[in-house]
Amino acid sequence: MNTRGLRSQLKDSVPVTGMGPQVGAYGVQDTLRSGFSSVKNELLPSHALELSEKNFQLNQDKMNFSNLRNIQGLHAPLKLQMEYRAARQIQRLPFLQSSHLALDTLKGNDESISFEDILNDPAQSEMMGEPHIMVEYKLGMM
Amino acid sequence: SNTEIHGCGNQENTFPCRRNAVLEGKLSELGYSSPKARKTGTTIAGIVFKDGVILRADTRATDDMVVADKNCMKIHYIAPNIYCCGAGVAADAEVTTQMSSNVELHSLSRGCPPLVTVTRQLKRMLFRYQGHIGSSLIVGGVDVTGAHLYSVYLHGSYDKLPFLTMGSGAGAAISIFEDRYRQPGSEMLKKLVRDAIAAGIFCDLGSGSNVDLCVITQAGVQYLRGYDQPAQKGKKEGQYKYKPGTTAVLTKTVTPLPLDIVDESIQLMDTQ
Repeated sequence: MNTRGLRSQLKDSVPVTGMGPQVGAYGVQDTLRSGFSSVKNELLPSHALELSEKNFQLNQDKMNFSNLRNIQGLHAPLKLQMEYRAARQIQRLPFLQSSHLALDTLKGNDESISFEDILNDPAQSEMMGEPHIMVEYKLGMM
Repeated sequence: SNTEIHGCGNQENTFPCRRNAVLEGKLSELGYSSPKARKTGTTIAGIVFKDGVILRADTRATDDMVVADKNCMKIHYIAPNIYCCGAGVAADAEVTTQMSSNVELHSLSRGCPPLVTVTRQLKRMLFRYQGHIGSSLIVGGVDVTGAHLYSVYLHGSYDKLPFLTMGSGAGAAISIFEDRYRQPGSEMLKKLVRDAIAAGIFCDLGSGSNVDLCVITQAGVQYLRGYDQPAQKGKKEGQYKYKPGTTAVLTKTVTPLPLDIVDESIQLMDTQ
């Protein structure tokens, strides 16, 4: 239950997942990782499409898997998701940029090109994470 | 989909996106107003005839009430056999049609794409962005199944018809089509399209300048830019300048200005 935002007390508001402060361990705002919080920024999405775009791939996958389950039975999405999980593990260390080639081929992204491939390309990003901290976080030591 | 006939000239993407609202606030403090998106205020039309598809578009881009571009290109290339006209916000139409690279990638593994593929990709993208990409498109081309014409509206709905018009001048253009369209017989249809765009140019403030023509057939594509110039500036009938001496001189006063020579310098010019 998120007591921080006034969201839940707004009249006519539908509780929306995805907005709200990022809670870390101990259930409070994780200032170290996600910066200072501001109620005004978290109350409403800053664009009508923000939430739908953030969750777009997730929702597409959910829809496709549930269709597949209805058509072919439970085994089909199970096998596919097992393959996705295996392909997702093929990556380099956390602060290095990995190509995700197997995952892209499975998802069919190798045959399409769109905004995400040109803008905000992680290979061209100007900032790099601090290697030690990222590996420690990945190993659960942080 | 009938509401879109009026939609293209009036489409205001004024959803208060927070960043835009902040920028607008800062600019209005300084006394400026934020720049508006440039719309095309267009008339585009397409018609299917016996051998293929004809696409025609005007070339004016407007920025509210000012003509921003007198000769912009509204017919965009998507694939060698598929062209697309865009109406609505000019930048959005331009970017939407850059999906030609996506189509090229697709055709590397599947061969020349049928028109339904392109239409489906466009409508999926426009639906995904819920109308915030403000471009309505007419897609026409010839593929293995024949000549087809589709229109995709900015929220993602589409239509397949033998003749289509879009843009702010769509009302004027579609009236010509509805009145005079008969079954496909090639020569009469070319004139019909020309008249439809001319109607859009003359009856709609947002369309004007030249007309671009694109004829797509099995044999190939003819893209003629500036094919027609229906709205040429008329020649003036007479001379409206006054002859020298028309105004009588009543008095004349001459005041000589005494100037002193302050500095004199001679520069030799090389006349070789």
